[in-house]
Amino acid sequence: MSSFDDNNKERLRSVSVDLNNDASLLIDIPDALCERDKVKFTVHTKTTLSSFQKPEFSVPRQHEDFIWLHDTLVETEDYAGLIIPPAPPKPDFESPREKMHKLGEGEATMTKEEYTKMKQELEAEYLAVFKKTVQVHEVFLQRLSSHPILSKDRNFQIFLEYDQDLSVRRKNAKEMFGGFFKNMVKSADEVLIAGVKEVDDFFEQEKTFLLDYFSKIKDATAKAEKMTRSHKNIADDYIRLSATLNSLSAEESTANKKTLDHISDLFEKLRKVEGRVASDEELKLTELLRYYMRDIQAAKDLLYRRARALADYENSNKALDKARLKGKDVSQAEEHQQRCLQKFDNLSESGKKELTNFKARRVVAFRKNLVEMAELEVKHAKNNMTLLQGCIELLSSN
Amino acid sequence: MATSSDRNPPPFPATDEPKPGLSDLLDGDSDEGDDIFVSNRTNPVSVSRGVSQPERVREEPGDLFSQEEAGPNTAKSNGVNSDDDNDLFAEAQSDLSSNTPSSAARPDISTSSGPRPASSFPQNPAAMQHTSLEQLEEEEAKDSFDVDVAVTNPEKVGDGMNAYVAYKVFTRSSLPIFKSKAFSVRRRFSDFLGLYEKLSAKQTLHGCIIPPPPEKSVVGMTKVKVGMDDPSSLEFVERRRAALERYLQRVVSHPSLLQDPDVREFLERDDLPRAVNTQTLSGAGFLKMINRASDAVNKMTIKMNESDTWFEDKLQEVEAEEQQLRKLHAVVDSLVNHRKELCGNTAIFAKSMAMLGNSEDNTALSRALSQLAEVEDKMEQLHQEQAASDFFILAELLADYIRLLGAVRGCLDQRMRAWQRWQEAQSTLQKKREAEAKLLWANKPDKLQQAKDEITEWETKVTQYERDFDRIGMSVRKEFLRFEKEKAKDFKSQIIKYLEAMMQSQQRFIKFWEAFLPEAKAIA
Repeated sequence: MSSFDDNNKERLRSVSVDLNNDASLLIDIPDALCERDKVKFTVHTKTTLSSFQKPEFSVPRQHEDFIWLHDTLVETEDYAGLIIPPAPPKPDFESPREKMHKLGEGEATMTKEEYTKMKQELEAEYLAVFKKTVQVHEVFLQRLSSHPILSKDRNFQIFLEYDQDLSVRRKNAKEMFGGFFKNMVKSADEVLIAGVKEVDDFFEQEKTFLLDYFSKIKDATAKAEKMTRSHKNIADDYIRLSATLNSLSAEESTANKKTLDHISDLFEKLRKVEGRVASDEELKLTELLRYYMRDIQAAKDLLYRRARALADYENSNKALDKARLKGKDVSQAEEHQQRCLQKFDNLSESGKKELTNFKARRVVAFRKNLVEMAELEVKHAKNNMTLLQGCIELLSSN
Repeated sequence: MATSSDRNPPPFPATDEPKPGLSDLLDGDSDEGDDIFVSNRTNPVSVSRGVSQPERVREEPGDLFSQEEAGPNTAKSNGVNSDDDNDLFAEAQSDLSSNTPSSAARPDISTSSGPRPASSFPQNPAAMQHTSLEQLEEEEAKDSFDVDVAVTNPEKVGDGMNAYVAYKVFTRSSLPIFKSKAFSVRRRFSDFLGLYEKLSAKQTLHGCIIPPPPEKSVVGMTKVKVGMDDPSSLEFVERRRAALERYLQRVVSHPSLLQDPDVREFLERDDLPRAVNTQTLSGAGFLKMINRASDAVNKMTIKMNESDTWFEDKLQEVEAEEQQLRKLHAVVDSLVNHRKELCGNTAIFAKSMAMLGNSEDNTALSRALSQLAEVEDKMEQLHQEQAASDFFILAELLADYIRLLGAVRGCLDQRMRAWQRWQEAQSTLQKKREAEAKLLWANKPDKLQQAKDEITEWETKVTQYERDFDRIGMSVRKEFLRFEKEKAKDFKSQIIKYLEAMMQSQQRFIKFWEAFLPEAKAIA
């Protein structure tokens, strides 16, 4: 249904930088189809790696396939020390669809012109949601492909290559329930993270920071969303203004007609600018915050897993002491304790690296987006000024 | 007696040499008819609005208005306002060809106290001017009236439920009709309503579009009575003050109204008697009044048989326009609300961003996020101002004109009622004549005299009412043109004001974001 030029993609793909730099494994989603509610993504891979059967190939994938991939990665013990890139959110066309419905109901009350314009606007919004979901799915894959360890994952390879339907491998209902249950247990375990005595300063600081930052960024995301939506509402009002002014102008004497026509034109142009302001804020600000909120959740998950490993190690220590006391299964307990310690140390080491990288990544992404947003705000405001100036001149000269 | 159906467009006076540049505006009617007014061209007199200087002679082509040199002093003498209209418009006639403009002049001639030949009128009492709209447009008055009114300083007077707000009405004018050049008085809202009521009731102002005052608001005023400090009360008072100011400005820019003694008293008199009966002029009451009247009259419309569809067309135009304006007003209302929402959401976001900045452990990013919070705070301020602009300039402009169109319909209704009165008088006259015939046949000489007297009485009434009807008709036409012109001017100037405010806002937007940019770039 859609394909977009590289410029577009470049702009969209701003939340995460430095992706797709390694030519040995290049992934993108050049195309996607929207059938009813389901989006079918075309995942295209270009690789020089010998682990793949072909150097270039494409497969169709659904959103659920991405979730399956994410979940399998999360459940892989070996990756416990890594920040697993957050799963892309489900494609949500609810908002434009609802608006389209409302528009259809209200069709009788508006002029044909107004209806057409609102419809166009809605179609653009629909397209924007669509583009965003494609981007978000693409970024997920690219985060994986640029990660030294995750890119080698077998399931990842299957996801990219397997040319049959993946649904047999996807979670069935029971497993999904299991996953849900796991999440519930996990949030109870957040208390565990907070409660466990931390031995390492670095992690202590990270824990404090991430917990606090997460709640703040979650709040900021929600507030940013509301703000962007208000901009969108104003752009829609401008459309209606323009259309109603047109109708009014038809009733007017010549003297007033020109004035009304000019300002009707102006609002038509202004609404486009306002619409861009809304969508740029959405992309650069809201999406940024939203993405990093999810990323920080992933980092928190890492902390959780480490806390769990620490708890396991502490428990294994206690078990070892008990075994020594009883004089039974001591070597088993020793092995167990060693394994726990090893696991914990691995997690800590890898976790530290991941978290440090994450911090750097976050700062770079924020910088890029804030700079771009500020530049766009200036650009749009200048556009507005030119339009306003032009209209004022037209009106004054008559 | 001629009935309306027999009326023909009266012949036009002969044309003078049209001034250059206007010839393209003239239509072909110029050649018709009697040279009724030409003879009076010898004393062209121009009178600038409101100034009674009948001696000033100006180069003017003969046209109707130039003859109405009777100064504004006639205002009191004959209660027919159109005289004054003509004086005031006379100045503007310099560009006109004598291709006649409207007529408000004609019906007045007979009643004017000026030395005008009244003969022309009775010759064509039933004549309805058929003036082309273009010709009427030509005679637009120059807008050089010299009165400035301002409504300022709202102050709460008294306490509790009897409290009210007093406004300062400041007038500055060099016109001699006022006692001094600059003066101010204190007025309360009911005074403004009282003025409107007086003006609407005047027979002499029938056919004029009397600007309507802003509506009463029980809710708004109660809040103010209780305390004037919260933002919504302040907004209410400001909205009312601005609306009252626009109301007065419209009143004084209307040539007939400016001449009116009640208007002058309102502006000048220190101690104005309290207006009573302004209850009827509450917002809903007011509109209901107009709507009821026009409904009643609309039923009559079907019967009125006009050779000139101008009035019917105008009524339809006005109704269609009013509908569109209401729609537009609703959209602007929605815009204002969304903008206020944006304000609120931006403020909330700014706080949230500030918190995030505090949480952030990278120093440069932390600073940048705090700066972003500050920028968003400034954005909120700008959105707030824009919302005020949307409301006070755009929404109120539309609200004013919706009310004004109501007044326009009212003025068309007055014409209808005048017609009805005339028709009824005619049928009464007919009955009296029939009664007289019966008496003659029944041979009752004693009652005959009475019958004859009654007939004479009603004949006079019929003539009077027909004259009134014509006069109102012509006044309405003139008022329409004036209204259209004022409206175009009003819209243009208000819209330009709105756009300029928006532009300034955008300039500040740019400034704020450009200031933020280096902060964002400094993130490392």
